Amino acid sequence: MTDCGYARTGTIAAVLVWTALAGLAQTPTPALKRTVDGKSDLNGVWQAMNTANWDLLAHGSAPGGVSSLGAIIAVPPGESIVEGGAIPYVPAAAAKKQENFAHRWTDDPEIKCFMPGVPRANYMPYPFQIVQSANTILFTYSFAGAVRTVRMGIKEQSPVDSWMGWSVGRWEGNTLVVDVTGFNDQTWFDRAGDFHSDKLHVVERYTPRGRDAIDYEATMEDPEVFSRPWKISMPLYRHLEKNAHLLEFQCIEYSEEVLYGHLRHGKGETK
Amino acid sequence: MTARWKSVFIVLAATAMTAAAQNAAAQSKIPRAADGHPDLSGIWTNASITPFERPSDLAGKEFFTEQEAAAYERSHQRNLDQRDGIKGTNADVTLAYNDAWWDRGTRLFTSRRTSVVIDPPDGHIPPLTENRKRQLAAIAETRRKRCEQPGCGLENNGQLGPADGPEDRPVMERCLSFGNVAPMVSTAYNNNYEIVQTQDFIGIDVEMVHQMRRIPLDGSPHMASSARFWAGDSRGRWEGDTLVIDTTNFRPEAAFRGSDENLHLIERLIRLDDDNMRYQFTVDDPTAFAKRWTGELIFVKSKGLLFEYACHEGNEGMSGILAGARADERKAAAVSAKSATR
Repeated sequence: MTDCGYARTGTIAAVLVWTALAGLAQTPTPALKRTVDGKSDLNGVWQAMNTANWDLLAHGSAPGGVSSLGAIIAVPPGESIVEGGAIPYVPAAAAKKQENFAHRWTDDPEIKCFMPGVPRANYMPYPFQIVQSANTILFTYSFAGAVRTVRMGIKEQSPVDSWMGWSVGRWEGNTLVVDVTGFNDQTWFDRAGDFHSDKLHVVERYTPRGRDAIDYEATMEDPEVFSRPWKISMPLYRHLEKNAHLLEFQCIEYSEEVLYGHLRHGKGETK
Repeated sequence: MTARWKSVFIVLAATAMTAAAQNAAAQSKIPRAADGHPDLSGIWTNASITPFERPSDLAGKEFFTEQEAAAYERSHQRNLDQRDGIKGTNADVTLAYNDAWWDRGTRLFTSRRTSVVIDPPDGHIPPLTENRKRQLAAIAETRRKRCEQPGCGLENNGQLGPADGPEDRPVMERCLSFGNVAPMVSTAYNNNYEIVQTQDFIGIDVEMVHQMRRIPLDGSPHMASSARFWAGDSRGRWEGDTLVIDTTNFRPEAAFRGSDENLHLIERLIRLDDDNMRYQFTVDDPTAFAKRWTGELIFVKSKGLLFEYACHEGNEGMSGILAGARADERKAAAVSAKSATR
């Protein structure tokens, strides 16, 4: 390379640096991530940061269900994530919720490692991952290996009730809207016994708030249990760790003593 | 450039172009993702009646001819129909289900191979190491001894196995794994897999007990070996048009055909055309097998959707098995009490 060549390279480098700096200065907030087809890119590992899994409604701290575990299992306080601060149960359902609450340390399906249903899966204290392709958006959860597949715009109805429901998606601008039906009546909304019937219909809205958070809303409708639709909302946060991978939390083993312990060799049943 | 080098260059260029043209012709048939890699996404099935190891009457024969394949499929169906004619409680229990329940399909893989195992070329899994044989024999002996006493339960191999608690039972009965996740081999039913692919991640939803394969393509290393998982710890990478998945960190109980906690699995997915995908897996586990071995299956595009298989949530079977074992103990205790009073 000649001296003249060096000079020219120097000029080009300077222009490049200047362009890069100018670019930084002009975009203080990075644009939303987009997929190749121009939709909001929701790919990533996400997690709620609240105490809704203990109780959707406002609550102070409380003792946990296992006294020997002390502070580890105590209930931490939290604000309500329910719009209006109350769940509109019909009277019979309000009584059932109280009964569930009284038996929460034995009856919560989470204890048994059952799939948590929707929306609960999204605000359990464990991460989940969204794997987004154009027609299919996979939601894979750490807890219980739960999984649901959002199929964009399909016409098929749920052929049978299920734990995680039947999710059909559509885009409204930047927002992914998921219509979820086909639930069974076995899941709870939280550890406080909030519940639903198999008529539950959930409409979820995922709206990106910058690159690293999603505004999440879910509206619940269930004429057997609620007098009107009601809504929860919360941010979901992106896991930003370099090694943010969703790990398998197969909890079946840890529920077996609760489910089958009474049938063990040497237990009361044999006497 | 000398004339000699010029001619070498021309020859090389021509060769490269011919190869590129041939590749392009082969590759133009397969769907591609926006990033140019083969598109593996969609719902696939690997249901098949191809034997895992080569049957002795097919020794030395790697492939069926078209006629032989058709004959094999016919005779397989005939045997199933005859088996379904066996009546009685015993047959119902030991054969588990009648054949309406199985979903192995009626066809061999379109490759017409005579076994899933392709290496060693004899179609047989290499022998276990002496040490692994001893380990497995010791486990079997402990289980056998326990079942000299009452309180055991049948396993799906027709043998009695301990049933003192749920952890004694096979991982299948506990809904932990049906052994068709890593590697993804065909099994009794629910042989359906949904692949969702992005530029830096592959998710595979395994319909059987909804196990998930989560495969980052981000070049990150495996986790420390202290972290163990039923589906292992997978990392993927593209080698040309082949997706290579490297998996380690298995739970020891997730053993595949005698493998142990050192199982290192290497899988290769190659999309062949609109409807077919070649899947090869290599089992690398020097403490369990005398040498590495490889199997091959052909995944076929499925027309149906995937559905939720909630196994654990409805596992009444486990309660039944344990309650049956306890009833067996009570019965034996009653018999011995009666003979003691005589």
